[in-house]
Amino acid sequence: MVKPLKRILIGGLLLFLYLPIIVLALYSFNASEYLGRWEGFSLKWYGALFSNAEIAEALYYTLGVALLATIIATAIGVLASIGLFYSKAKIKKHVMTANYLPIVNPDLITGISLMMFFVFFRARFGFSTMLLAHIIFDVAYVIVVVMPKMMQIDFAQVEAAMDLGANQWVIIGRVILPQIKQGVLAGALLAFTMSIDDFVISFFTAGNRATNLSIAIYSMARRGIKPYVNALATLMFVGIILLIFFINRINDSKKDNENGRLIG
Amino acid sequence: MKKRHLVVVLIMMIAASGLLTGCGSDKPVLNVYNWGEYMDPEVIQMFEDEFQVKVNYKTYPTNEDMYAKLKSGSAEFDVVFPSDYMLERMIKEDMVAKIDMANIPNYSNINDRFKNLPYDPNNEYSVPYFWGTLGILYNTTMVDEQVDSWASLWDEKYAKQILILDSSRDSIGMALKYLGYSLNTTSDAELAEAKALLLEQKPLVLAYVVDETRNMMVQGEAAMALTWSGEAIDLAAENEDLAYALPKEGSNLWFDVAAIPKNSPNQELAEAFINFLNRPDIAYLNASYVGYSTPNTAAYDQLDDEIKSADSYYPSDDVLDRCEVFYDLGDYNDVYHELWLDIMIDNK
Repeated sequence: MVKPLKRILIGGLLLFLYLPIIVLALYSFNASEYLGRWEGFSLKWYGALFSNAEIAEALYYTLGVALLATIIATAIGVLASIGLFYSKAKIKKHVMTANYLPIVNPDLITGISLMMFFVFFRARFGFSTMLLAHIIFDVAYVIVVVMPKMMQIDFAQVEAAMDLGANQWVIIGRVILPQIKQGVLAGALLAFTMSIDDFVISFFTAGNRATNLSIAIYSMARRGIKPYVNALATLMFVGIILLIFFINRINDSKKDNENGRLIG
Repeated sequence: MKKRHLVVVLIMMIAASGLLTGCGSDKPVLNVYNWGEYMDPEVIQMFEDEFQVKVNYKTYPTNEDMYAKLKSGSAEFDVVFPSDYMLERMIKEDMVAKIDMANIPNYSNINDRFKNLPYDPNNEYSVPYFWGTLGILYNTTMVDEQVDSWASLWDEKYAKQILILDSSRDSIGMALKYLGYSLNTTSDAELAEAKALLLEQKPLVLAYVVDETRNMMVQGEAAMALTWSGEAIDLAAENEDLAYALPKEGSNLWFDVAAIPKNSPNQELAEAFINFLNRPDIAYLNASYVGYSTPNTAAYDQLDDEIKSADSYYPSDDVLDRCEVFYDLGDYNDVYHELWLDIMIDNK
């Protein structure tokens, strides 16, 4: 009695989550530009997407900022977590509390305060200001994900390494990092998606030289979203799916961690 | 050791990103800030080729977003495209520069009807880019008779199938025009009549909305809606059953104009661009791409006869004579606002 109900519930939930995306993907192949009508299979929106310079530029900024912000924020976040691990309990508590601020703070506040900060220092708005802003909120997410992993490490191994004469870099690289690897990966992935997802903070820190996909697509609101945005969303969805499969494959092939899959 | 490599790679990537964004050439840059999907990309390409410049083209979704960005000082743009009321506000706040019309010879292509309008009485700050009206969007499968008067929005046959804008000036303006008054009136008696008329309409109204008009009309949830001609053009592209009518009693005229912000780093190039936009072939390209009504007579002449004769988008002169641009009424705006609130909270 319970089992079929469970299956229906899970199936219904998955359908609820994925059906809109499937519909969107289907309509990206629609020959018609009317939203609710199917007029046969066509790749023309993919053609329109690839010949659109504005979208290409936005995509460049989105991916460029997301990749760089992820790498830098992950590096900072991991080092900060290791540092916090060695800190006094009181300091750790205060820093962790402060670290939640960028996460719970409404994006609008973060965006406007960063903009005012950059204006105050007469920064040249563009790629670099947007990147800095993204690093700032990404670091918070990385620490939140990496810190619990860090608390679980086998400290005896660290002590053993020290006894055997390893310096701090060797300890981080050979002892600590392998143990928190999955947390780092999860933190990086979260930072990457938060960065791609962000509209509000980007809007206020992009200035006149940079843009990103969320700004470009939101700007179409007045004239209606064009079907080539469906094509773009489909491609991004496929890209993310591939990325998750790829990460799961790595985790499966290296069964060196008892915690199993990162994302299942 | 590995760690050090990572640091080197990181530094190189940051440096590379700096190079990539700090535009690769020494060409002058023109910064354009426009509504999304509001200019043919080919026009930008042509301007870049002809003037040997780089156009940094960015887009915004609403007047208020553009205003906020300019006001914050975080972005410098050379050409922006505010609507009439927003330009008026920007002039008052000293945010836009005077345009040297000597540098815009193609200004002569602009229909004289669209010059010296109240938002820029001496044509000092703006060149009209597109214009439109406020009218009735209707679903041809749900409305049988010809729509050509505001009376349709008071037709009891369509009770609970009518959408009205939740926007005081626009909706009170509709009632005033129906009564044959100016939509900039400051006569309390005329406004009282308009209020009575709007209350009479209220039982027929399905909803007072702004952004929801789009979905509700495309999905056929309502038969008629008070909306702007630009929106109507976009919605008719999503549902071919939708048509737009400009009531013969007259209506509101709105404009999106090209203007130059005060902090524009390259005002001369900005003027060259505005002039370029009004060259007959370029204005025609944009009018075809965007689909809104063009104020450029040279571009209008090249349009298909079918578009030119569409009364709803290029109304005859006598209907156009009965259309008005909104004035900024100053303190009297509050009267409109209060009146609209009274109508909204009335639940008889």
